[in-house]
Amino acid sequence: MPASLIRAKSRPGRRGYTLPAPDVPEVPPEKILPEGALRKERPDLPEVDEPTVVRHYTNLSRENWGIDTNFYPLGSCTMKHNPRANEAAAAIPGFARLHPLQPEEQVQGALELMHRLAAFLSEVSGFPAVSLAPLAGAQGELTSILMIRKYFEDAGDEGRTTVLIPATAHGTNPATAAMAGFKAVEIGLDERGCVDVGELEEKVDETTAALMITNPNTCGVYERNIEEIASILHRSGAFLYMDGANMNANLGRMRPSDAGADIMHFNLHKTFSTPHGGGGPGSGAIACSERLAPFRPDPVVEERDGAYRLVRPEKSIGRVGAFHGNFGQMVRAWSYIRMHGPDLKEVSDLAVLNANYVRARLKGTYDSPYEGPCKHEVVVQPPKGVKALDVAKGLIDRGFHPPTIYFPLVVKEALLIEPTETESKETLDDFVGAMLEIAQDERLEEAPTRAPVRRLDEARAARKLKARW
Amino acid sequence: MARYTPHTEEDVREMLEAIGVSSVDDLFSDVAPRFEGELDLPPAASEYEVLSEAEELAARNATGMPVFLGAGAYDRIVPAAIGAVVSRGEFLSSYTPYQPEVSQGTLAATFEFQSVVCELTGMEVANASVYDGASACAEAALMTARLTKRDPKVALSANLNPRYREVIETYGVETVDLPFREGTTDFSGLPEDLSCVFVQSPGFFGTIEDVGAAAEAAHGMGALCVAVCDPIALAVLEPPGGLGADVAVGETQPLGMPLSFGGPYAGYMATRERFVRQLPGRIVGETVDREGRVAYVLTLRAREQDIRRSRATSNICTNQALSALTATVYASLMGPEGLREVAQLSISKAHYLAGRLQEAGFSLRYPEAPFLWEFAVEMPDVEKANEALLEAGIVGGLDLGDGAMLVAVTEKRRKEDLDRFVEVVVDAR
Repeated sequence: MPASLIRAKSRPGRRGYTLPAPDVPEVPPEKILPEGALRKERPDLPEVDEPTVVRHYTNLSRENWGIDTNFYPLGSCTMKHNPRANEAAAAIPGFARLHPLQPEEQVQGALELMHRLAAFLSEVSGFPAVSLAPLAGAQGELTSILMIRKYFEDAGDEGRTTVLIPATAHGTNPATAAMAGFKAVEIGLDERGCVDVGELEEKVDETTAALMITNPNTCGVYERNIEEIASILHRSGAFLYMDGANMNANLGRMRPSDAGADIMHFNLHKTFSTPHGGGGPGSGAIACSERLAPFRPDPVVEERDGAYRLVRPEKSIGRVGAFHGNFGQMVRAWSYIRMHGPDLKEVSDLAVLNANYVRARLKGTYDSPYEGPCKHEVVVQPPKGVKALDVAKGLIDRGFHPPTIYFPLVVKEALLIEPTETESKETLDDFVGAMLEIAQDERLEEAPTRAPVRRLDEARAARKLKARW
Repeated sequence: MARYTPHTEEDVREMLEAIGVSSVDDLFSDVAPRFEGELDLPPAASEYEVLSEAEELAARNATGMPVFLGAGAYDRIVPAAIGAVVSRGEFLSSYTPYQPEVSQGTLAATFEFQSVVCELTGMEVANASVYDGASACAEAALMTARLTKRDPKVALSANLNPRYREVIETYGVETVDLPFREGTTDFSGLPEDLSCVFVQSPGFFGTIEDVGAAAEAAHGMGALCVAVCDPIALAVLEPPGGLGADVAVGETQPLGMPLSFGGPYAGYMATRERFVRQLPGRIVGETVDREGRVAYVLTLRAREQDIRRSRATSNICTNQALSALTATVYASLMGPEGLREVAQLSISKAHYLAGRLQEAGFSLRYPEAPFLWEFAVEMPDVEKANEALLEAGIVGGLDLGDGAMLVAVTEKRRKEDLDRFVEVVVDAR
């Protein structure tokens, strides 16, 4: 059944919540506000009772799929199980009710948790310095590139105007480079799906500020030449930034700092299991070398003699959010890492095992364009004559959320499958079974027929924009 | 084996066999340099142990007291029904609605959020993507620069939250100061070449600004006007859309989100329909399915980073869906009357406290400027007052560092808390 809006259930006079009765004399807005500042028309908000609100949103939730209800192998998104212990930790009143501007001596527990989490991320990445301030992965990217920009400004190196970006990059990478005032220059791939080192050598020069690399990249391929790439950049005085969206493949197996990267961002919500919540909020901590550490955003947590305080790094790029970052997500990520400890390595091992298993089982019907083991995700192409979009919709009818489709852009009809470590062999077998069946289904353009709605007219939504009631 | 994974040893063996390798290690043969050591992390702990540790850390924070801090984050009443619906796994554990047929819940709720924001701000379109109030300001500064085809240069006064100003500057926007006197900003005599003028009302110091005057002054210079507004204040204030502002932005935390030490919150951003193509982030639009039934989908994707790459309106891709859902459920439970009551209660209590403080001999920093529920009060030693308040079980206001305290009073504060506040600061004087 298609979703309806809460406004359709509104009746004048209904109320969904009772507030405490006034215990001081009432001061009506008319008495304190100048005429022109007073609201004249009531906003058209729903007038509904609590049972209606609860039923409406519960029913909306049933029109939605999450990993709690369905296998959700959305590539580059790391849709792993969200442990409810994380939620319980974040909801502890001593965290949930804390005001961000309470003086440092009143928030020592929160600051200590941030300090501990930063140390964990430092260990996982190999970098000495961390910032938890960025509010999302994309903002972590922006923060990193702004830090690189500020580094060059500080060094008086004015000619660094370009950022190199492999063709496999997430769309946020070129957008980030542009937002930070750089020209984005694309670098092609070699036949193994890795950065073309020859092309890189040609394009690196004294105008290069950085290369933004994702490793493993969005084709699910490990960048074998990462150390060489780092040294090419370093020789020309540029930085290697690593997009950490795919860190779920690397935990305990590879540390970006050891590979020569200078700075990276984490998606705490991906790698460390905080819920994605329909696409946000996330959290985009960064980790970096000593050289870039002074440029980290304001604030970072410092410990001295057992006391924690918030400080502004010496040459900080400034603030990236109003307060200290998405603290609730930090609690969740901290909780997840605490439960695993050094066993985090097994998370990546099983994520990679699952992806390679799916790849092996699909082989022969869906081919992966690249040789060798994939990492935590695998890009495959449907057999000739079958569209990625139709495969996706066919999967919906079989109870699976589709993989990411038409991404990475470098692979035609791409299906990017990321099973994650929290899926069982049975689930993967069922999924593979559905994928193989779909490859022979001739009526895919009808799919989905079992979802709450049929295929949507997406062009119409843009042509006749209606974005509010 | 890690605790959230289902793999038995037999599963692993069968899977390795199907892949054609002898060990998981082989799947990392292409990784160089390999990390061969063990991660130096505290040993894995059970759920019970981790939650106990979290409780211990949380107990070292001062909470459970009435809070008089505001400055961009407010201790408001959160109805219980919000947590119940927002924590449903189908909302909590889903992702960006790339497959609309199985994401109508997130899409419809986001469409509702956009509608609520438009209703409150008097604007025509809204997104559901900006991280917080501060980043919404920064995105608005960049958006208005694109619209005016000028370099991003914005005018603002001390009455814009200084943290918002800092984020605007981090995003590479030039800022110039407008005179701020007696609690209001002087928008006459704007500097040239501006891309936009910021007006925050209620401002950082709680005072009401003339949004109409800001918009008129901006338009007179060929610039645009960005209004920053607390969504609850919009229950009683004329919406910026009706006063000539071109973009409205703000923080939705007051709409049912816990303080949570500063995040996660969500910003909002709304504008005129003619500017929609420069509005960054995700927008949900209405359409129909193959059978003609109304349904919702992410739309105007061609502005976005996943399609337009380096020419996108912004690198923002997340859509803050869960926070937007929280705000929407809050707005639905409150309705227009409830929202007005929240504002009304806060106004009454704040004015009661301000009155009592004045009777006790404290003066307001801006006695002539109207305010709603946040105000600056002169206090020679704010630190001492706050220490005494904490001693009395109250989290005091924000030390402005120049002999004044910024006090925020929400509907949650009881009369006895307000009376106690006055007693303590009088004694500490």
